[in-house]
Amino acid sequence: MKILVCITNVPDTTAKISFTDSDTKFNKAGVTYICGPYDDYALSRAVELKEQSGGTVTVLNVGEADSEQVIRKCLAIGADDAIRVNCEPTDSYFVAQQIAAIASQENYDLILMGRESIDFNGGVVHGLVGEMLGIPSLSPVMKLDIDGKTARITREIEGGKEDIEATLPLVLGCQEPIAEWKIPNMRGIMTARTKPLKVVEPTGDDLTVTRKFELPAPKGAVKMIAADEVEKLVDLLKNEAKVL
Amino acid sequence: MNFHHSSRTDIFESPDFYEIDDLLTDEHKLIRQSVRDFVKKEISPIIEDACQRAVFPEHLVKKMGEMGIFGPTIPQEYGAGGLDYISYGLMMQEIERGDSGMRSTASVQGSLVMFPIYAFGSEDQRHKYLPKLASGDFLGCFGLTEPDFGSNPSGMKTNLKDMGDHFLLNGSKMWISNAPKADIAVVWAKNEQGRVKGVIAERGMEGFSTPEIHGKWSLRASCTGELVFDNVKIPKENILPNIDGLKGPLKCLDNARYGIAWGALGAAMDCYDSARRYALERIQFDKPIASFQLIQKKLAEMLTEITKAQLVCWRLGMLKNAGKASSAQISLAKRNNVEIALNIAREARQIHGGMGITGEYPIMRHMMNLESVVTYEGTQDIHLLILGKEITGIQAFV
Ligand SMILES: Cc1cc2nc3c(=O)[nH]c(=O)nc-3n(C[C@H](O)[C@H](O)[C@H](O)COP(=O)(O)OP(=O)(O)OC[C@H]3O[C@@H](n4cnc5c(N)ncnc54)[C@H](O)[C@@H]3O)c2cc1C
Repeated sequence: MKILVCITNVPDTTAKISFTDSDTKFNKAGVTYICGPYDDYALSRAVELKEQSGGTVTVLNVGEADSEQVIRKCLAIGADDAIRVNCEPTDSYFVAQQIAAIASQENYDLILMGRESIDFNGGVVHGLVGEMLGIPSLSPVMKLDIDGKTARITREIEGGKEDIEATLPLVLGCQEPIAEWKIPNMRGIMTARTKPLKVVEPTGDDLTVTRKFELPAPKGAVKMIAADEVEKLVDLLKNEAKVL
Repeated sequence: MNFHHSSRTDIFESPDFYEIDDLLTDEHKLIRQSVRDFVKKEISPIIEDACQRAVFPEHLVKKMGEMGIFGPTIPQEYGAGGLDYISYGLMMQEIERGDSGMRSTASVQGSLVMFPIYAFGSEDQRHKYLPKLASGDFLGCFGLTEPDFGSNPSGMKTNLKDMGDHFLLNGSKMWISNAPKADIAVVWAKNEQGRVKGVIAERGMEGFSTPEIHGKWSLRASCTGELVFDNVKIPKENILPNIDGLKGPLKCLDNARYGIAWGALGAAMDCYDSARRYALERIQFDKPIASFQLIQKKLAEMLTEITKAQLVCWRLGMLKNAGKASSAQISLAKRNNVEIALNIAREARQIHGGMGITGEYPIMRHMMNLESVVTYEGTQDIHLLILGKEITGIQAFV
């Protein structure tokens, strides 16, 4: 089985977010980057599937050279090789185009990625890639087993779960508990040194330009209202918070 | 053995005030992050319970082996890591950030058991023991200290007698980390000519026992014991052929002390990180206690000492990589870093107030652990004497 895992290089969940260039660019200074947590689940499941029934796992990142430390980590976890499309991942359509361009050159049985990235949280790349390649895409996938050419999938739906059977090839957006995150061991880190990492140039153009980023307003202080002052509470909710 | 899982999540972040990360490679950072993740997943959740009950979490030996914690600087052909000394140091920092007892297990296995077998052993001995020690299938221990010879190991009484086709080993060793659970022991003993030799004793050899030392208030999650040799037959192939004299064990100690210098820094970082968070959250006199000058002074001093210790470690690691680190340079780092870690633990405990004495926070555990770390591998004062000799050329041990 040939598996392609698409990963994002995103600010750590605890990073302090700020912008530069009149709020049009994300300020990378002092920010630690990690592999997107949902992508990490996808990669872990891919490595498990490979351990179970053989095959290869290729990691794909659409990103600039500073992504390579995260790509090396994926190789240390157990991917066999990696491809980096050398450009800034500006919007979902552009990224999906790059993934589809790579995927169309090889016959991958599975294209896995996180259900969404944790920087822009678009959550549409898997759908776009499926559409561009003309194969089914499903998300968010919580469980994945493969039997020959058949995938058994559990998908989260509003208020419940759905069990699905589908035929490979597939594009899947993954989330927990599809697998447990893997921690690279020292042997993995050593072998990752020599695993191939191919850099290719992008195709097509990005369609969007960021005009301005805005942070949510800072949280105000908590107001405590005594239990016997219900009217005051209602008044505040109506006139101050304007939620009633 | 089942361990009770702590309800607290380990959210440790390491300080890097002087951007020392810029001196590390991406691979170093990946190693550090991976070991940190390992500690958060495997050690932090259970360590408090293990220490409270003084139970050695034996299952972690195999897990540390799988992770590649044991003997990371020994070449890969023996099943070990093949990494550099900065990598080794960062690993020890992260493990001891979790617990000094777990770092002790790793130091003993890597620097005191695998290192002498690699550096002084025959090719057969290397192939026989190193892969199993690296994977954690075997646990090893290192017997140098005796009941009557601690700071002065050259006086050791444990002895080897040549019986023609084998040696007879007699004597006892005291305070030996990992001993009660060890599969093999690297033991230092005097031959009939009074020369110190290294031998590999295996569990199950007749006359060899490893009674456990109970009642420790320090390193409670590490098992410590004695090694007792009563006419133990040691096959000749179990002698380490390529070393003679006390410099053998001392070379091992150089490596372990190097790891301790990094490890103690890890314990200091954990105390600092916990104290900083606590000071910002804890309200007294209607303000976070972090807003009081006396608390800020403590935190500022902690960060200063941690930053200095980080630089010492990094530079010493580069000297180790170049094969240039001297014993005296390692002494300086071991002594300094353990001392600052102890001071930071004590100050951090103050900042945590009453909570600081409980197992809710890691402080008291680190503080008690560090009382062993300041004693083993050369006490504080012995390291001062080593440096004193280096400075003056006059030895003041006796
Ligand atoms: C938890 C734990 C684990 C250990 N693990 C191991 C192990 O795995 N393997 C092993 O071989 N050993 C191990 N040790 C032993 C350790 O290395 C010794 O405890 C240490 O070397 C000190 O020896 P001692 O306890 O006999 O103290 P002593 O040597 O009796 O020292 C007592 C005091 O006298 C001081 N002193 C001694 N000589 C001088 C001098 N010349 N001038 C000034 N002051 C002096 C010392 O600094 C100290 O303060 C361990 C110890 C502990 C506590």
